[in-house]
Amino acid sequence: MLENYLPILLFLAVGLGVGAIAISAGKVLAPNKPSEEKLSPYECGFEAFEDSRMKFDVRYYLVAILFIIFDLEIAFLFPWAIVLDEIGVFGFWAMMLFLGVLVVGFIYEWKKGALEWE
Amino acid sequence: MHDFYLSLTQWLPESLQTVVWIMIKIVSIVLPLMICVAYFTFAERKVIGYMQTRVGPNRVGPKGWLQPIADALKLMMKEIIIPTKSNKFLFLIAPILSLTPALAAWAVMPFSDTLVLADIDASLLYVLALTSMGVYGVIVAGWASNSKYAFLGAMRSAAQIVAYEIAMGFALVGVLMVAGSLNLTTIVQHQAGGFWQWYFLPLFPLFLVYFISGVAETNRAPFDVAEGESEIVAGFHVEYSGMAFAVFFLAEYANMILIAALTVLMFLGGWLPPVDMAPFTWIPPIMWFGLKTSAVAFFFLWFRATFPRYRYDQIMRLGWKVLIPVTLVWIAVIGLAKFYTPVGFIFS
Amino acid sequence: MTFFEIAFYFFSAVLVIAATMVVTIRNPVKSALFLVLAFFSAACVWITLEAEFLAIVLVLVYVGAVMVLFLFVVMMLDIDLAEMRAGFTRYLPIGGIIAALLVAEIALVMHQSFLPADYLNPTPQGVEYSNTRELGEQIYTHYVYAFEIAAFILLVAIIAAIALTMRRRPNNKYINPGEQVKVKREDRLRIVKMPSDKPIDLSPVESPSSNEETS
Repeated sequence: MLENYLPILLFLAVGLGVGAIAISAGKVLAPNKPSEEKLSPYECGFEAFEDSRMKFDVRYYLVAILFIIFDLEIAFLFPWAIVLDEIGVFGFWAMMLFLGVLVVGFIYEWKKGALEWE
Repeated sequence: MHDFYLSLTQWLPESLQTVVWIMIKIVSIVLPLMICVAYFTFAERKVIGYMQTRVGPNRVGPKGWLQPIADALKLMMKEIIIPTKSNKFLFLIAPILSLTPALAAWAVMPFSDTLVLADIDASLLYVLALTSMGVYGVIVAGWASNSKYAFLGAMRSAAQIVAYEIAMGFALVGVLMVAGSLNLTTIVQHQAGGFWQWYFLPLFPLFLVYFISGVAETNRAPFDVAEGESEIVAGFHVEYSGMAFAVFFLAEYANMILIAALTVLMFLGGWLPPVDMAPFTWIPPIMWFGLKTSAVAFFFLWFRATFPRYRYDQIMRLGWKVLIPVTLVWIAVIGLAKFYTPVGFIFS
Repeated sequence: MTFFEIAFYFFSAVLVIAATMVVTIRNPVKSALFLVLAFFSAACVWITLEAEFLAIVLVLVYVGAVMVLFLFVVMMLDIDLAEMRAGFTRYLPIGGIIAALLVAEIALVMHQSFLPADYLNPTPQGVEYSNTRELGEQIYTHYVYAFEIAAFILLVAIIAAIALTMRRRPNNKYINPGEQVKVKREDRLRIVKMPSDKPIDLSPVESPSSNEETS
């Protein structure tokens, strides 16, 4: 089984390499004449007037948390889907119960307006 | 060919021989892929040009065919500006983080029955895991730039990517239920026998959900609020220039081709001909794969030329309130049909 | 030493270094990114142990989802580093005790014999072996009770997340596109009959409103 992962490891290394080589080529070949104005962050021609790393709307966290929960669901669904024929009706209803519980959560989200982006 | 290679490299130790052989294979995937990506950008400009009754780029080389090469050379010669307050290392690493997953996913893509670099059992899961890592390039770029537009774009795009990844994952579960395997080669082999066996017919809702999520995942029009030229100029890569920008650009187009190829493998029969008889079987499998992928990739360009940009709240609503419920319902439908109705054979 | 032993030690080393960096580096965002690296190398280590499905799911869930949330949090909250460091010596004893407990627990688990006798020398699986299939056949039949409990834990997590972070802002200006599309002419437009032959009245009159306020 492991011998199949050697090409993947090498491919990841090549993937990193392609990006790294491209950027270093740019660094080497391109001119480099920095000036204060050129290096200032883009803000439609204005001076940047405060730190750009600002506090953000809390709903982004909510999206991220809900994403984690649903991602876990998907992780559970994958092995289930491929052995559906082996585990039969029992396995099917086991997953339907699992999904049913989570659909309750999903309906709760919906009704509470957590999916609304105002 | 392998024997010829072995005879050439007899002086190498055996383990190194394997590694070099694999490297040759990798290069023979990555190099054509990069050329495809370069010409995909050219195709985009041409296609959108003709859709808007223009001719598109036609000056560099015959009919403009050298345009991508000229673009690449120009970007290479342009200064990489690193903003003063940015985090230099992360700023430069972000484009690489975004390109690597888009390339590395090709390690498990089957081009035909036998032509696959790494035939791992969980190849679909591997691709999904890698594409889920693409979001780091965006987040890191947005944060490292230390610019408001970049940060806004990064946050938008990250929330959008994660919302659509769920829909994408659920759509894939449907494919797995029918195919009974996580292996891309097996999934395609299950669709053998003609286009009426391809999964886009029994799984039509999931096919649509998958493709729409794919467009949203790659931050393409009409879901391109992360870049939104007219509102946040270019989103997460507003501070990038020269080659650093080019790598982001490459990543976006490589991702599009990847999504198109995955759609073909999972729903459109991969390398299989639409009808298993004479004139269709003359075309080699890898050509079918390429043709189908190009056809699907064409839709990305068509969408961009046709649809106006969605608003952000509309995007989030579509992802959570339309696509996810549709996939959940269809998963239940597949299961119920499989176990309780006489038409279950459609789904197996 | 086979290639995969080298890979195992390499990724283990990366894992340990990355984990050390997570707790020692000053910048919280970099710390979170090192945690990403740590998870990734842990996944690679698991692959060398042939836990294919778990390794890929580790990347999918932890790297692709949990760490995105972590990054959101550390990027968007202005964490005052000096303040966080101030408590370091004060909390050191408690942290030390917890760390010692954790080490002791892990040692106990490793020592116990619930692991099969030959776990030190497992036989490698063939190419055809499907880790995922094996897991699937176990989880949904043998461990179905634990599996359903997981569903309820996730349900609790959904409700808790919403209860803790949901805030409605009633004074937000917000357009509901669905309502907008459904609007009929009668909702927006009122045609007022005006006698055309009336002599001009010079006193100010209320102008006939043709457009009502759009929501």
